[in-house]
Amino acid sequence: MDLSIFVILFQDGVVSAAIYALLALAMVLVFTVTRVIFVPIGEFVSFGALSLAALELGRAPGTVWLLLLFGLASGIVTLWSERRVLTARIWLRTLAETVVLPVAVAALVLLLAPHRPSQWLQVLLALAVTVPLGLFLYGAVYRPLAQASVLVLLIVSVALHIALVGLGLIFFGAEGSRTAPLSQVSLTLGDLSLSGQALAVLVVTAVLIAGLYLFFGRTLIGKALQATAVNRLGAQLVGISPLFSGRFAFGLAALIGTAGGILISPLTTIYYDTGFIIGLKGFVAAIIGGLVSYPVAAGAALLVGIIESFASFFASELKEVIVFMIIVPILFVRSRRSLVLEDEE
Amino acid sequence: MRSTQVAALLAFALAALLPMLPGVPAYWLTLGSLIGLSAMVALGIVVLTGVAGVVSFGQAMFVGFGAYTTAILTTRYGWPPLATLPVAVLLTGLLAWGIGAITLRLKGHYLPVATIAWNISFFYLTGGLDAFGRFDGISGIPPITIAGLSFAGGASFYLLTLAILALMVVATANLLDSRAGRAIRALRGGVLAAESFGIDTGRARILAFVYAAVLAAISGWLYAHFQRAINPTPFSVTVSIDYLLMAVAGGVGQIGGALVGAGLVTLVRDKLQDVLPALLGTAGNFESIVFGFALILILQFAPEGLWPHLRRWVGRRPEAPAGSPVAAAPSPPPAGAPAGAPAPLLSVVHLRKTFGGLVAVDDLTFRVGAGEIVGLIGPNGAGKSTSFNLITGMLPANGGSIGFRGEELRGWPARRIAPLGLARTFQHVKLVDGMSVLDNVAIGAHLHGRAGPVAGALRLDRAEEARLFARARAALARVGLPGAGDTVAGELPLGQQRLVEIARALALEPALLLLDEPAAGLRHAEKQALAGLLRAVRASGVGVLLVEHDMDFVMELTDRLVVMNFGAELAQGRPAEIQANPAVVEAYLGSAA
Repeated sequence: MDLSIFVILFQDGVVSAAIYALLALAMVLVFTVTRVIFVPIGEFVSFGALSLAALELGRAPGTVWLLLLFGLASGIVTLWSERRVLTARIWLRTLAETVVLPVAVAALVLLLAPHRPSQWLQVLLALAVTVPLGLFLYGAVYRPLAQASVLVLLIVSVALHIALVGLGLIFFGAEGSRTAPLSQVSLTLGDLSLSGQALAVLVVTAVLIAGLYLFFGRTLIGKALQATAVNRLGAQLVGISPLFSGRFAFGLAALIGTAGGILISPLTTIYYDTGFIIGLKGFVAAIIGGLVSYPVAAGAALLVGIIESFASFFASELKEVIVFMIIVPILFVRSRRSLVLEDEE
Repeated sequence: MRSTQVAALLAFALAALLPMLPGVPAYWLTLGSLIGLSAMVALGIVVLTGVAGVVSFGQAMFVGFGAYTTAILTTRYGWPPLATLPVAVLLTGLLAWGIGAITLRLKGHYLPVATIAWNISFFYLTGGLDAFGRFDGISGIPPITIAGLSFAGGASFYLLTLAILALMVVATANLLDSRAGRAIRALRGGVLAAESFGIDTGRARILAFVYAAVLAAISGWLYAHFQRAINPTPFSVTVSIDYLLMAVAGGVGQIGGALVGAGLVTLVRDKLQDVLPALLGTAGNFESIVFGFALILILQFAPEGLWPHLRRWVGRRPEAPAGSPVAAAPSPPPAGAPAGAPAPLLSVVHLRKTFGGLVAVDDLTFRVGAGEIVGLIGPNGAGKSTSFNLITGMLPANGGSIGFRGEELRGWPARRIAPLGLARTFQHVKLVDGMSVLDNVAIGAHLHGRAGPVAGALRLDRAEEARLFARARAALARVGLPGAGDTVAGELPLGQQRLVEIARALALEPALLLLDEPAAGLRHAEKQALAGLLRAVRASGVGVLLVEHDMDFVMELTDRLVVMNFGAELAQGRPAEIQANPAVVEAYLGSAA
């Protein structure tokens, strides 16, 4: 292996690592706020990428129907769980959010899609049609289980992932897609050449991470979410609604996941089930960070991305095995360190 | 024979008659075999998830271990199928033990997550390496032959599967109703309580994990010889989720749930595989959509699964908790301190515990002798329960020493302290809710037995079990609840649950008994009875240290009192001296000024 291959592999690794870091951050966010291990974040990667790919072809993406479906389910569950305190306001708010909003987005997408709008508008439409799914999944699936144990929530997450992958196959088909790069620029620094898309991935990731940092450090909502993460009951007692925090965390995670999918789809072909493996790698990073530490998770994502990149060069068939086996030594070290007994809640 | 056993026997006999019926389609027998194979895996999940509370998304991988082991050994090395079974079981057991040893001591969600990663790795490993035949898999696997008898036919394989499943059901029921099984079931009542009676909870979890993996491996071994060809797909994460769905849908807490769930999911999947692609116009595994949402709905609306509802329809009460029908043997005399030993049983010297900057226990010194009741009192937050946790090894002390029967306990874990003869109760009752009172008390006698899981599953432990249950029954009689043995622990009123905790502690036959607010929640007459019991315990030479807020109870019962305030000792002495002590009065009532 000469230096130029090393540089290319390293660069590839860093670009994938940026996506894994985003997903890892989203998972840490959702876990700390709601105790949900958000396995279906991978589906947001797939759905975001495939929605954009459909829009590029002038077709309405299948996510439109998912949006209507889950909006309705979320609305029904919301009305049911608030049936004792139903007021006209709750009715209207629920209706606006779970029926009017999805119908409006769907109408917009169906109207605009055949005209092949500009790339930026396509990206916005892909986000608009995918991100609200995060809120609806929370409302329909997780909200009724707010008191359940971490393990039950995990089983539900995995079940939801399985169901969504099946729906993805129905709505997007078995073929993979690759979208047009967001940027055609190409930078050359001596031997090193950086594609515009890779640059876009790094810039957007950096901006999102900085944005999250500012959001949690500087805004009231961010601090409220942090408070919920640290102590759920305490946060509730000082008037921070767990419902609000949960919805916000899921919405943000859906946004991050969809953005990740849109960023990575010009670099690799995305199938209806690709997102799971991508999400899982973000997850390996999140686990290394103990599902609580943002900086460790981001650092671990870098490690995962680079190991994967070199593994795919030296042993492409065992690439996935090598990546997932990273967690074995990590878990081993953790298990040696945390032998203190405690009862789980 | 109990009614459940009769029903189970009947169900298996009926299932065994299926191939004899004239005109039964061969496909039914195939489906029946598949149900049986799945039920084996689901049975393991009942022990692992339903009883031990550990979730695994990797059971299909263990099925794969069994299947690939026999496929490789029979096709490449010409081993006879029967010879590969022990290899498959041992190999899977060892791998499961290794995986469990790495992750099972961690908090809940690491294991499930790790099992996802492992299962995916297994999928790509078998799909990517020539040794495993890549994604084409391995074909040409011979059928099972036992003593010249071939099990290649649909009916014969079905009957073999059924027989092995029946053996597994019996072994699982036996295991859960044994000393090792109670240790696994005790996990549900909290790790701390189990450890303080000498149960190695880490080992109990690993045992459940290995047991579930071995059942899965046997299922995989059968599967390979049934299909005669294997590839990575039936051992993927998605299939692992299917197994979990079977157990959860049927009722993850009960053996019957695994059987019902396996049958239901297998049959529904078979129908959906016909209906859905036709409905949607394309091919694909669309049943996973239905199964995914079904699992979510079950967890939202009926987390206990189908089995309890089925039993209710049939009109029977939930399974009576198992207890061995052995007549109560007379209780052996409790092992107190050796007669005439002058040294104190427990001697706490300069004990100190800090949480960050907060000093919870500050320079505490006191002793408890054999045949003596010492009360530890003080206002809320004085450090009484923390002191208990330091003495019993649940928290590490920062300084000082804890001497007990000539040993220095500081730094010892709870599990090592219990065998010395130290038993405790908890301020917040920690019984195993779904388990019978008698089984709960028998956990206290855990250290008086030594039978392992294999002896339990094979019912070789009956004599020892009879002894343990005799001890448990005697302890239950001593606290005045001789008739409560078969009640589910969580159904007793709180005051009686406290008494059951005392019975559990007595079943250890301790030299020192630590009681954390034993009288809370008891009525006046019950308090009188408790005082009588504790006096009898004292008379038998056992030392008692108790934390209690009911001052009448404490003053009447104790020989000496240690008063704590803000973590430090305020006063020590006889009850009458303490009542007259102005510092104590001030701490409790505030200064008169």
